[in-house]
Amino acid sequence: MFLLQANTTSLLNVSDLQLIIPELILTVCACAALVMEVILPYRKSKLTAYFALTAIGLAFVSLVVQWWFIRHLLPFDGFYGMVRIDGFALLFKAIFLVSAGLAIGIATRYLDIEGEQHGEYYALVLFATVGMMFLACGYDLITLYISLELMAITFYVLVAFTKREKRSNEAAMKYFLLGAFSSGVLLYGMSLLYGLAGSTNIGEIGAELGRLGPVVQNAIDSARQGGIPDDIAKLRPMMLLGMIALGAGLFFKVAAVPFHMWAPDVYEGAPTSVTAFLSTGSKAASFALFARIFTEALGGMSADWAPLLGLVAAITIMVGNWAAVNQENSKRLLAYSSISNAGYLLLALVANNLYGYIGLIVYLFVYTLMNMGAFGIIISLRRHGIIGDNVDDLTGLGQKAPGLAAMMTIFMLSLGGLPFTGGFIGKWFLFGGLIQRGTGPEGKSWYIWLAIWAILNTVVSFYYYFRFIKVMYLGDRLADNRPLALSPALQTALIVSVIGVVIIGIFPHPLIKLSQDLIVGWRQLF
Amino acid sequence: MDNYILSFITWLPALGAILILALMKKDQSSLIKRFATVWFGLDFLLSLWLLRYNRGMGGMQFLEDYQWIPIIGARYQMGVDGVAVLLIVLTTLLGWIASLSSWEYIQKREKEYYVLLLLLQTAVIGVFSSMDLFLFYLFFEVSLVPMYFLIGIWGGENRLYAAIKFFLYTLVGSVVMLLGVLKMYFLTQDTALTSQITQETVRLLAGNDAAVQMVTNSLQTAVGNGTGTFNILYMQALGSVLPMGTLQILLFVAFALGFAIKVPMFPFHTWLPDAHVEAPTAGSVILAGILLKLGTYGFFRFNLPMFPAASRDQSTWVTSFGTFGVRSVVVFLAIVSIIYGALAAMYFVVKKDGDVKKLVAYSSVSSMGMVMLGLFALNPNGVNGGVMQMINHGIYSGALFLLVGIIYERRHTRNVAEFGGLSHVMPGYAALFLGMVMTAIGLPLLAVFISEFLALRGSFEANPYWAAWAALGIILNAGYFLWLYQRMFFGNIDNPKNETLRDMNVREWVYMVPLMILSLWIGVYPKPFLEYIHQPVNAIVKQVRPDYVIPGTAAPAQTERAER
Repeated sequence: MFLLQANTTSLLNVSDLQLIIPELILTVCACAALVMEVILPYRKSKLTAYFALTAIGLAFVSLVVQWWFIRHLLPFDGFYGMVRIDGFALLFKAIFLVSAGLAIGIATRYLDIEGEQHGEYYALVLFATVGMMFLACGYDLITLYISLELMAITFYVLVAFTKREKRSNEAAMKYFLLGAFSSGVLLYGMSLLYGLAGSTNIGEIGAELGRLGPVVQNAIDSARQGGIPDDIAKLRPMMLLGMIALGAGLFFKVAAVPFHMWAPDVYEGAPTSVTAFLSTGSKAASFALFARIFTEALGGMSADWAPLLGLVAAITIMVGNWAAVNQENSKRLLAYSSISNAGYLLLALVANNLYGYIGLIVYLFVYTLMNMGAFGIIISLRRHGIIGDNVDDLTGLGQKAPGLAAMMTIFMLSLGGLPFTGGFIGKWFLFGGLIQRGTGPEGKSWYIWLAIWAILNTVVSFYYYFRFIKVMYLGDRLADNRPLALSPALQTALIVSVIGVVIIGIFPHPLIKLSQDLIVGWRQLF
Repeated sequence: MDNYILSFITWLPALGAILILALMKKDQSSLIKRFATVWFGLDFLLSLWLLRYNRGMGGMQFLEDYQWIPIIGARYQMGVDGVAVLLIVLTTLLGWIASLSSWEYIQKREKEYYVLLLLLQTAVIGVFSSMDLFLFYLFFEVSLVPMYFLIGIWGGENRLYAAIKFFLYTLVGSVVMLLGVLKMYFLTQDTALTSQITQETVRLLAGNDAAVQMVTNSLQTAVGNGTGTFNILYMQALGSVLPMGTLQILLFVAFALGFAIKVPMFPFHTWLPDAHVEAPTAGSVILAGILLKLGTYGFFRFNLPMFPAASRDQSTWVTSFGTFGVRSVVVFLAIVSIIYGALAAMYFVVKKDGDVKKLVAYSSVSSMGMVMLGLFALNPNGVNGGVMQMINHGIYSGALFLLVGIIYERRHTRNVAEFGGLSHVMPGYAALFLGMVMTAIGLPLLAVFISEFLALRGSFEANPYWAAWAALGIILNAGYFLWLYQRMFFGNIDNPKNETLRDMNVREWVYMVPLMILSLWIGVYPKPFLEYIHQPVNAIVKQVRPDYVIPGTAAPAQTERAER
């Protein structure tokens, strides 16, 4: 007994568990939700939804408590460096919890209509959230990879959740095959990093690569000037290959061009509530991983990856926006919009400064709210016998349901980035970071051109966001007279989203202040 | 009262919109239109308070300053100078007129219509009264949305195309401007410039303690929070110390693009005819009367004082054709706008199915070119003329669109060829139309004469050739307007449909007469109006050309000369 205790303390520092209380709550509740599905009588699965929402609420409260007690002590390492709680992780976890809560809110009624009301859905959402949260606070390639897979595998199942539907199955298959492939590429990149640095800890990799970078560069320079060739110069291709492999894997996860092909099909085929969660939570989590790896592990190579990311961002923004212009299916349209938004979010990493990272957080948060809201509206159009996922199905919503139409208008204006909505504040910081970097002391003019390119493409995005507004208001025709299907949970989710978007648009101070304080602490580390 | 009047005027229409949304039902259209009109009238009466603006002192007055987003240095700052005062009063007046003129024209979805009209009013007044660039930008861009709906829902046949074209076109300019705004903001954080800017601010704002207080206050808070500031006065001072070079030219271009599309200057004007033709009458009135002024006002408030070196630059690029600079380009485009707009308008008189609205739209292009020429003459006469032309264009183009709307309500066509001999059946209408046409072509004793004379005189001082080319545009203007009048009103009634038209009713007289009176008043006795803009205009000229000695007998200018 004593021996066992001693062993556990040396393997697992019990006080470390405090660091992952939110995750623990979610995991326990997710397991409980699985059991509940078995115990609960037939057709009572909705109770699981409320149970899951409670779990998310509890996790959020514990996250806030955690933040309150350790906000002056950040960062906090635990589990021998496998997990690190810092401002960055806390902010992202909050985004995931909001996203998961809204995703459950918009799902309850929808699953009823689809005839797939099972408690596993909510358990899977919770498991995915746990994966996302460990992606934000994982500080070791192993933790990160495992949590990425936890998230990805639950999503493969979620995408196929309407199992009688062909499109859903097809989407899940595509997502699974391509996702597995990209995970392999990512893992390859990670193995190269391990080979270079001799450690899987992000901080140690960062330090080692930071040390190697100049050494390798010197060796290359001296070889060029006719000095003695040094074998260490041969590490350079390996570093670049590792960076590119990691980049490719992550580009897939965030759906950036040229690895975006899966997104439209998967978004269209998946159940709408899953699409909403996929486009917000999963995207935010992938960006957390992206930022963690690229700015901390590969921080010393920023001169190498900034142009690569900039190029990908420029192409992603263009392809996403132009391809969305003539989509008929609103889920597919929003998929392309989400691709272009991945491009905008990449700008934050390209800028790689405080302004940019505030932009990343604020924009992801707003993006979660407004995208959830938009999908929530589309879900409310789904009724028995009406699929409602074409742009045309919104026709005349302005007369039929003025409140919903007004909300959709706000979400669309915010997605485009019009002032007085949260989207503007997010874009302000994203572009601000880029301009600051480009006109700063070591700035290059391509940063400015990238900003101009990106901002001109937002004009294109307004064209297709306004298509929704156009069909809702600018005609006298109604798509159909059947009443809309709104559950209380869906209404709450929509109202929360719209209030969030407007408040962040008008009084963004608290959110920006919080992100800035937490990000500043995070950035001082390197 | 002086400390919150601007917010009051700005937000009152929005409050009205909320009241309509909350309290009135869809089918109470007659209540809604009466309420909205009274509300607009209330806002107009309130805005008259601004006429207490201290004309002798000049500068920014009625200042308001509150904390808003300290983390990025944006504050809720409002303030107006004489130019903005006149524009705001014009806005509130035209808003009331637009609302009154829509009573019969708008027959569907009245509730949404008046709500949007009121929201548009808030956005536009906000643009004119912002003293914080961030706040300005918010209002500037958000004003597009209500207009999009006004064109898109209540517009003509091709309204969907026109609405989205209007929106996207003007958006291109403002998003590019956003990058300029960001760069200006980061420049205010540049500590290398701060001490120079502070001196420059004190020099520029000498005599206006309240404004100095406001700038100091925003600067202190900004430094305390480690942010920049968006205060417009501070940014103007920043522009004066910013060295001339690529950066200043690029910033000028970023801002100018946003405003030039709004003005609109050739070659960015193509959205305007479409938007006007499709917009409902009130939409056209607001669009021509107010929204176009956002562009020229932007040049006056931002481009000239914030980038003075670029604004007066005529020698950056040396080519084999001669040297030219930013100012030369702007002036060239202004002159092209004047002549091109006039020629295009003339085409629509001749054309078989020429649309009167399109004609007035192109005449706006021409007229706004005159504003730009006046502003970039960079002397008191020219800038005075440019500013007055903004007001006058608001009056006469608004009135002409209203008149076209009146005939459209009766005949449901705006085709010039459909009319003829209207003066026989509609004498009152014909008289008013004549008055406004005469105003538009710049007949002495009517408003536009004053502004065009001043603008031309200013540009003549700057360069006689510019004035000569612009004068050609004026002749063309007179040509097509008289021709239009002749075709519509004189001769016999060829078309039997025109024989039974009724003349204007009381409601129509009520909203047309104030505009006619204003036109006469400015034409006969412009002094009260010029007094409002005298000091602000001189201040701008001094800012752009520090070594220019302002001629004239005005007392403040003399004291400044004496100090030298």
